[in-house]
Amino acid sequence: MDSKPLDQDGEDHGDDDLVENEVSDIVRQVLNSMQCDISAADMHLYEQITEISDYIRAARTELASLRPEDISQEHIPAATDELDAVVMATENATNDIMEAAEAIENVAESVAKKKGEILNDAVTKIYEACSFQDITGQRISKVVNTLKEIETRIDAMMAAFGAAGGRPAGEADSAQDEAQKAAEDEANLLNGPAMPDVAQSQADIDALFDQLD
Amino acid sequence: MAVDMSMQILIVDDYKTMLRIIRNLLKQLGFHNIDEATDGTAALSKIREKDYGLVVSDWNMEPMTGLQLLQEVRADTKTKDMPFIMVTAESKTENVIAAKKAGVSNYIVKPFNAATLKSKMMSVIGDF
Repeated sequence: MDSKPLDQDGEDHGDDDLVENEVSDIVRQVLNSMQCDISAADMHLYEQITEISDYIRAARTELASLRPEDISQEHIPAATDELDAVVMATENATNDIMEAAEAIENVAESVAKKKGEILNDAVTKIYEACSFQDITGQRISKVVNTLKEIETRIDAMMAAFGAAGGRPAGEADSAQDEAQKAAEDEANLLNGPAMPDVAQSQADIDALFDQLD
Repeated sequence: MAVDMSMQILIVDDYKTMLRIIRNLLKQLGFHNIDEATDGTAALSKIREKDYGLVVSDWNMEPMTGLQLLQEVRADTKTKDMPFIMVTAESKTENVIAAKKAGVSNYIVKPFNAATLKSKMMSVIGDF
């Protein structure tokens, strides 16, 4: 009967374990054939190879026990859904605020000039403040892209270790290429809003703009 | 020369809320002939059909970005002199340089206020 080796959790790693066992067998056979010619250095080398093999096996088992597939199939999609809901809720709220401000602006036309100006100034401030929704939307998009990047890297790591739930190596490579392209695109000027402590102010932009004349 | 307050203005942004904000601010400044587009491609079609006195465009849009739109506008002899203000959250030096190189008329960084919009418009189309 063709029985594949199982790891300590009883999981079948098929070809990967076969390759590991074959390597161990070959090393053992070579050392046996050398018989009395085996030096202390050879034994040390053999022990090190065995240790590496054990280390890889343990790492793969640990990875599998972490259930990394849950991260890409459950946690990250749930997090991005939540963030999408935040964007949707703030957009709806912003539109409600805008609608109310537009109603006030219409009323401002029919009241005394002085009061009308006060109302219009207040409405302008409301419009300006509503632009937060655009900025927060862009920031949330950046977070979503970061989550997708983490997902891609976890998948690539799983494929490299041959852990359960990992995608085939070729697929991971293509996902990695995609992530690299996205990173290049991002580097290609589109970074969205900068963090307040590093963002250039309108005054900085104006000074730079004038310098370029 | 006085600014024609009835001029056609095109505002371009993929966030409809931002289009609404800019439209309302422009109305408060006295401009009422305002068209909208939600990306560069749609904006370019409109620009080829109508002679706009000013384009106010976001940068980060798909499938055509504001920078690509600007390059298209500047490459066409019919529209190469059309006033074009970029309104964007992209505030890095290289962004400003790239936009300037492409021929942008002025650059506003988000979030912005009505006073900034007015002053940049006046520097591009004249006092109003």
